[in-house]
Amino acid sequence: MIEFNPNDLRAVLPELVLLGATCAILLVDLFIKPAQRDITHWLSLLALAVTAVFVWNGFPVPGQGTLAFNGMFVHDGIAATLKLFILLTAALTFVYGRNYLGERGLRIGEFYLLVLFATLGMMLLVSAGSLITAYLGLELLALSSYALVALNRDSAVSAEAAIKYFVLGALASGLLLYGMSMVYGATGTLDLARIHASTGSLQHPNLLAIGLVFIVVGVAFKLGAVPFHMWLPDVYHGAPTAVTTFIGSAPKLAAFGMAYRLLEGGLGGLSAQWTLMLALLAVASLAVGNLFAIAQTNLKRMLAYSTISHVGFLLTGFVGATPAGYAAAMFYAISYALTAAVAFGMIALLARRGFEAEEIDDFRGLNQRSPWYAGIMAITMFSLAGVPPLFGFFAKLLVLKSAIDAGFLWLAIVAIVFAIIGLYYYLRVVKVMYFDAPADTESLPLPADRPLRWVISINGLALLALGFLWGPLFDWCNRAFGA
Amino acid sequence: MDRCPRRLIEGNDETMAHWPLLSILVWLPIIGALAVLAFGRRADTARWLTLLVALATFVLSIPLYLHYDAARGGMQFVESHAWIDSLKVFYALGVDGIAVALVVLTTFTSVLVIVGAWGSIDTRVSQYMAAMLALEGMLIGVFAATDALLFYVFFEAMLIPMFIIIGIWGGPRRVYATLKFFIYTFLGSIFMLVGLIYLHMQTGEFSIAAFAAANLDMKEQAWLFFAFLIAFAIKVPMWPVHTWLPDAHVEAPTGGSVILAAIMLKVGGYGFIRFSLPITPDASQEYAWVVIAMSLVAVVYIGYVALVQDDMKKLIAYSSIAHMAFVTLGIFITLALVRTHANADAARLGLQGAMVQMVSHGFVSGAMFSCIGVLYDRLHSRMIKDYGGVVNVMPWYAAFFVLFAMANCGLPGTSGFVGEFMVILAAFQDNAWVAAVAAFTLIIGAAYTLWLVKRVIFGEVTNPKVAKLDDLDAREWIVLGSFAAAVLVVGIYPKPLTDLMETSVQQIVSALLVSKA
Repeated sequence: MIEFNPNDLRAVLPELVLLGATCAILLVDLFIKPAQRDITHWLSLLALAVTAVFVWNGFPVPGQGTLAFNGMFVHDGIAATLKLFILLTAALTFVYGRNYLGERGLRIGEFYLLVLFATLGMMLLVSAGSLITAYLGLELLALSSYALVALNRDSAVSAEAAIKYFVLGALASGLLLYGMSMVYGATGTLDLARIHASTGSLQHPNLLAIGLVFIVVGVAFKLGAVPFHMWLPDVYHGAPTAVTTFIGSAPKLAAFGMAYRLLEGGLGGLSAQWTLMLALLAVASLAVGNLFAIAQTNLKRMLAYSTISHVGFLLTGFVGATPAGYAAAMFYAISYALTAAVAFGMIALLARRGFEAEEIDDFRGLNQRSPWYAGIMAITMFSLAGVPPLFGFFAKLLVLKSAIDAGFLWLAIVAIVFAIIGLYYYLRVVKVMYFDAPADTESLPLPADRPLRWVISINGLALLALGFLWGPLFDWCNRAFGA
Repeated sequence: MDRCPRRLIEGNDETMAHWPLLSILVWLPIIGALAVLAFGRRADTARWLTLLVALATFVLSIPLYLHYDAARGGMQFVESHAWIDSLKVFYALGVDGIAVALVVLTTFTSVLVIVGAWGSIDTRVSQYMAAMLALEGMLIGVFAATDALLFYVFFEAMLIPMFIIIGIWGGPRRVYATLKFFIYTFLGSIFMLVGLIYLHMQTGEFSIAAFAAANLDMKEQAWLFFAFLIAFAIKVPMWPVHTWLPDAHVEAPTGGSVILAAIMLKVGGYGFIRFSLPITPDASQEYAWVVIAMSLVAVVYIGYVALVQDDMKKLIAYSSIAHMAFVTLGIFITLALVRTHANADAARLGLQGAMVQMVSHGFVSGAMFSCIGVLYDRLHSRMIKDYGGVVNVMPWYAAFFVLFAMANCGLPGTSGFVGEFMVILAAFQDNAWVAAVAAFTLIIGAAYTLWLVKRVIFGEVTNPKVAKLDDLDAREWIVLGSFAAAVLVVGIYPKPLTDLMETSVQQIVSALLVSKA
């Protein structure tokens, strides 16, 4: 018998706030003129900020998660940490996309609403305590994302990307659902904690193992791990840059949360099986991501392949199936989301009316046009490449350390070999910015959207500052996992 | 008579302890770099501000030398603050006699590089100056770090300013050269990172001293030894992983070449002394022959390669590789000497020789590249065939050039002689054949250097442009004069330098006696 416990509402308060705010914005947006779209913009940012305050206030005591709605919803430090960074990156998306969308006539209410709904879906996903919650959160995120990619409906590239994303995404969701049904068939429950508890005493352990395979596939698709990465370059490339900023950053955090909830939370008893699967996925992602990125001339596509390689690193944190490894992977996901946001934000910053700055060559001579933003972009690229003293290096260090501690020395060595290969294409962006002369047409001043300039500068400098002050964040991640 | 000043020094040492001198030396140039970027919009402002910061750093490094208690040895000026508690990572700095010598070399050379770049760099001056200052701070950080992770951060981070320096202000093939430089060195050091993580797993912390105290079996040591070898051999660079160096040198602006040759290469030798010897002594002994063989190949083969170069910078770059081979040779013969022959005196001599060679090579190669820079600024050519008869129009320049060339050959009385002589002397105690092959450098080194002098400095003036050359200006006088003074002081009276390092070297050598396996 399902009982309603009023205390449960406290656990989902941030989600309720965001839902309420999103519905309110939906209504407000109906009544404003396109010229007043800034109202929606600021209201959306306010909604994210208020939600973040509620997450912060309800931050659970480290190591003591609570369950709500009969275990459907997990309220713990992991979820709260991920939610804070999801909200932060969603807010960054709004700031970075404002001018870009405005100049292209895409600054419509739907952009804000879809991002807010996707954010809500991600918050639900990282708090999933049952297969149903996970699937609901995932679909809310995925459906919003499909529509976001198609935001520029007059663009054939966008439409193609959206269709690809939708077809492949639906297929992956189907596979995931199929796997979930098998897990349900084997264990008789949808509750992740109970699935975990019953792993050892099953009548049909093989059924569970087959279910696991499908779930790993679903997770790998959402993360963009090879060989389930096909959608990623096209979607990153085809989507308007503001949407790519969103899809490229926050959902990685959610996908990490989903992988953790499903694999460790639900199927932790089978970790011997899935660690090997993830190790293979990691190797494939590192190899394909880094090698294909070299051949790209389009920066968005390059960053897409770079994402794939970073997913390989993120999965490397999983292979130990230890709390320290998950903490390292979460640290990695946070570092990646914050870094990718700057990279895509820079593409939005350099774009102007009728001109997309998405080719690597569009960054030629940026150092002469604007040393400041060239510096920010250089920091971002070095951070993605994992060069100390930047944030990305320490993320890589922790993941490698967790893999080595777990006895996966070979995987760590594979990862660093591909990190060296990856270095080349990040350096190429720096090379283009610093060593090449700007073409005449590009010598225009950069567009002056003040919030974008300020926020992207702070975001970029944070990558440098966190290279020195990463300790607190690392401790925070460790506490969340009780490592 | 002798005790009184020492007590004074010790007293000072305690008051100095309140001053985080090493932190100041590391961060002053880095913060100075930011200031130059912020306020150096006018080229002259950037130049003067940079010079001020570099001079201040140099002046501050003098007390480091004066107050380092060489007789006591060991790590001094120690600072330690928790950086990441949960991983026991510390912001830990400290210097022994070896590191003091290299820090002072860094601050000294940096000032000269900035003076040297005064007129020759005129595009984006503030960025160049800032990169140089940041590089200086990071190099001091490498020599001063006693925490392995901190060392690694500085070790890698210094690639970024050098990448920018070669890439923006370099020659025609600068992009190729700088990418090769960055990727090559990154490739080497990242294997070291895996080694450091492994050692952290064994010891629970990142302190280099803890690594040195850890017990490691032979297999672990062998893996770690090769991880360190790749990292430091590429940095030194040793044959056969030297190929990035000629490219980087040829394309780099003069200042970049000077820093690269004079200091960055020393990081490799320093790494061998700081990591390979104390952490993997048994594997180092076992595989010392690998390093010794690589060094001897470099001395002979790279010497011959230098002989046929027609580009002056390339010639000096190859000569750098050959000379740095003496450093690695000196470091790795110590193991056989101290363990097989139980000859600690010879071992000390070898290690001392390696260190003196590092410092001397810093002066000599820095001076040679500065000399080439002087000619390049005037004629914009590095080709030997474009010159000839320079002595007729630039007598002072020719005098300096010949002096540095002599030091490069290892003429007694110059700094180049001392280190090579000590290393060869020590090598004789181990294996006469090794010493004999190493001694070839005296012939080959003289051959390529003197032939260079003959073709560039002496002879008839054939190129009409050479006939119009002006002799050194005041700025170039300062640079070359300072290098010349350093070369002669170390050559004639190396005692202050060897005294500074004596006890520290002794401590390293006696630690080698203890087997860890």
